[in-house]
Parts: sequence; structure tokens; C-alpha cells
Amino acid sequence: MSIALEPPRTWKKPPLIKRAWLRWILGLGAALYLALAFGTIDVNWHRVWEGLPRGAQFIKAFFPPDFISRWDEIAEGIAESLWMTVVSTVVGIAISIPVGIGAARNIAPAPVYYFCRGILSVSRSFQEVILAIFFVKLFGFGPFAGFVTLSFATIGFYGKLLAEDIEDMDANQAEAVRATGASWLQWINFGVQPQVMPRMIGLGLYRLDINFRESAVVGIVGGGGIGATLNTAFDRYEFDSAAAIVLIIIAIVMLVEYSSGFLRRWVQ
Amino acid sequence: MTPATVRVKVWQRRDRKSQLAIWAAWLIATAIFVACFHLISEKTIWDFVWDAPAQAGDLGARMVPPDWKYIHQLWRPLWDTLNIATIGTLMSIVLAVPVAYCAARNTTPSVTFVRPIALFIIVSSRSINSLIWALMLVTIVGPGVFAGIISIGIRSIGFCAKLLYEAIEEIDEAQVEAVRATGASAAQTTVYGIVPQVMPAFAGISVFRWDINIRESTVLGLVGAGGIGLELNAAITQLYWTQVSLMLLVIIGAVVVGEWVSAKVRHAII
Repeated sequence: MSIALEPPRTWKKPPLIKRAWLRWILGLGAALYLALAFGTIDVNWHRVWEGLPRGAQFIKAFFPPDFISRWDEIAEGIAESLWMTVVSTVVGIAISIPVGIGAARNIAPAPVYYFCRGILSVSRSFQEVILAIFFVKLFGFGPFAGFVTLSFATIGFYGKLLAEDIEDMDANQAEAVRATGASWLQWINFGVQPQVMPRMIGLGLYRLDINFRESAVVGIVGGGGIGATLNTAFDRYEFDSAAAIVLIIIAIVMLVEYSSGFLRRWVQ
Repeated sequence: MTPATVRVKVWQRRDRKSQLAIWAAWLIATAIFVACFHLISEKTIWDFVWDAPAQAGDLGARMVPPDWKYIHQLWRPLWDTLNIATIGTLMSIVLAVPVAYCAARNTTPSVTFVRPIALFIIVSSRSINSLIWALMLVTIVGPGVFAGIISIGIRSIGFCAKLLYEAIEEIDEAQVEAVRATGASAAQTTVYGIVPQVMPAFAGISVFRWDINIRESTVLGLVGAGGIGLELNAAITQLYWTQVSLMLLVIIGAVVVGEWVSAKVRHAII
């Protein structure tokens, strides 16, 4: 009696995409796209080559950056950005609370739900900078336009997350509060709010952080704040002042991120 | 004997001390808010603000109907925008992987020396917006798509690397241990122990960032870094409002399609 020997099997790594045809189509499609994309990008290498010394100059400007010669403008820009950040975060969150409650499916009736969801998606579909261009046209140059832009963007972000958080809440607790005969406002205040509060405080701090970063950008199109100062520094080719501004932005973002992380842990 | 006065205790949510503390915090916060708003309002010309609704109506009237014929000139900028987002994302992924590897506590070559550098790269790339990166790069490499790709790439390193290193830190060490126990080298341990565990997260992060980058690359043209923003800026400065409204519609369309694709792909992966 002979024993039929199976051919030795070698182990092969399982591929990421299991279906072979899909794998091939995706691979070919990606290769084709990349070939087309790289074929149609026209890079002016001559200009890039010419710019390299300028790039080196810019990097050199970081050692040391020039905080002094434009300090007044920098300080004013930073202060403006900070006010804008604070005011727009507060106003944006204040508006987004009713919108967010209205956009939660388990709380709001259908018409209110669709209306509030509409507000949220409009606010989320445009980049801050595009909004800023229009608000600058409407309100004139300066921090007010930036403040409106950031508040508007905050509504979309915060309202959506608040609505999702309310939809995920534990219905039993809210039910229990309602069973005591609480009015609608009391129900929201004692049944819903304590459940979403810890996460919402964290998200509010996170949004504060985002708004500061964005406030550096709305200035480029005239919305006030540090972005305007930065843009001017680049236009004048004052790379050492620009380097100083960039470093200050990084430092403030790190500070806000660190302290918001600390605050979040303290709240929870 | 006089009857003892019965004091009825009313339920309160907090005791007196914490209630006072909360009131004080509210007071301080309100004061800060009012002070900040006051400083902004000093820099505002309120006549312009009160005039805004009329201006908005006027602008709205000029923007309808969108200039549909203009769409034939938009395909090329739209293609450029897509390329900026996609190639920029690819570039950032390639650069983010080693950074994440160095930043994750369990894979970094040195916790005291290499990890802080990697974390600093992540923070500085994340704190500067892509538009500011574009502003810098346009002065260095000249206006065009190239500056856009690089700025999107640099901006996304921080985001991708941060999420990726968090994913690496959360892996199951037992699997890595098992691969190591077979006598695998360090490189083999990484390839067979770590990579398969973070691969789904990695793919998800890349697609998610690609979606964000489509949104961001639509505005890079405002500072000269190519894409549809270039046309948008030109139309706004020349006051061709009907073209502007068409471009806004196209941008919304592109963003929605990007979001849909990314949601589908992420759903398929996870």
C-alpha cells in the first residue's frame, strides 16, 4: 500500500484585497491614473531651481527668527486672532446647541430635523477660506468678517457632533427624568445634557484649537488676525519675520492643545 | 413644650460651594467674552455690518443664474485639484510612515532622542494650515500645481502620522511576540507582526485624509498654488459673479463626491 504524498504547501501572505479581479482592476486603475496625473502636471523646473536659494534663505531665516523689528504688528495680529478665536468659539457653540438639538433624530420632530440638518450641511460643505472671502465682501475688511466665518464653521462642526452624541445617548435615563413629570426644558437639562456634557466640553476645547489655527488663514483673504500679518511679511520677502510668526503659531497651538488635553482630563 | 420647627430640605443639584464656584467660572468666562468682543467691535466699521443684508441680497441677485457655459473651462482646473489632493496625499503617506514608526512608543528606535523629533514634526506640520504652507511654497518654488501638491503633502504628514502612530501603539503585542518567537529578524517582525495589524487603520486614514484634502485643495489657488481656486480668485477679482456661483456649485459637487467615495471605501475596509 502506498501513501499518496501531497505536494508540500508553501505559505503565502494573504493579500489585502481578497478578490483577484478587484485587486487587478484597482491596481491597473491606480497605475493609469498616476500616469495620466503625472503626465498632465506641468512643473516649471527652471522656476523651481531658481527658487531654491530663496527656500534656503527662508530656512536660514529660522536661525534666528526676527521677533523684534515687526513686533508691534505681530503682537497686534496675534491678539486679534486670539479675540476672534474666543468670541467665535463661544458664539458658534451657543448657536450650534439649539441647531444640534434640532438635528438629533430621537428628539426633534421631522420638519425641524431636516431644517437643522440642512443648516449643518450647508455650513460644512464650504471651506473656511471661501466663506471668509464672501464675509469680507459683506462686512468689510477686519476681524468682524473673520469672527463671522469662524462662528459659521463652528456651527457645522459642533452641531453635527452634538446631534450625533444626543442620538447615541442612553434613552432610559432620559425616559426616567421624563417619568417624573419634567417639562421639556427640564428634560433636556437633566435627562440629556448630563449625558453629552463631558464629551461636548472636550469637543469645545478642540474647536477652540481649530479656530485658532483657522484664524491664521482667514487673514490671508482679509479677515483680520495673524494671517494678514503673515501675508504682508511674505509679500515683503521678510522671511525672518515670517519665520517668527510661524513659530509663534506653532507655540500657541501646542499650548492650547496641551492645556485642552489637561482640561479634558480634569473634566472627565 | 413648643413644637420643633421642621425644616424641609429642598433637593439641590450641587452643594453651595460648588454652585458658587460654577457661578464664578461663568462670571469670568462672560467677562473674557465681553472684553474680546469689545476689542473686535472697536476695529469694526458698523455701518458696513448693518449694510450687509442689503449687500448680500445684491450679491445673490448677481450670482443667479450660474453661467453654465463656463463649465467647459473648468474641467482642467478640476482635474488639477484632484491631482493636488491625490498626489499630495500619496506623498504625505510615504513620508508619514517612517515618522509614525519613530513616534510610536513601542516601535521607536529611541524614546529619548528620536521620538521627540518625530512628535515635533507631527505638531509643526499639523499647526500650520495648508494655505500657509502654500503661501510659503509659492514664493519658493513658484506658482502652480507643484506648490499645491507639496503644501498638501506637508500639511497631511502630521495628521496621517498622528493617527497612524496611535494605531501602532494600540496593536496586540502578543502577535508581535509570537512572530518574534519564530526567530524573525526585526524587519520581519515589523512586516509580519505589525503591518498586518495596522493595515486597515492605515488605509482608512489615507482615504479619510484624501477626502479632507479634496476640500482643502479647492482653495489653494487663492494664493496661486493651482487648481480651481485660481479660477475662483480670478472670477471674484473680475466680478464675474455668475461664474463664481457655478464654481461654488462645482466645488460642492466635488466635495460631496469625494466624501461619498471615501465613505464607501472606508466602509469596505472596516
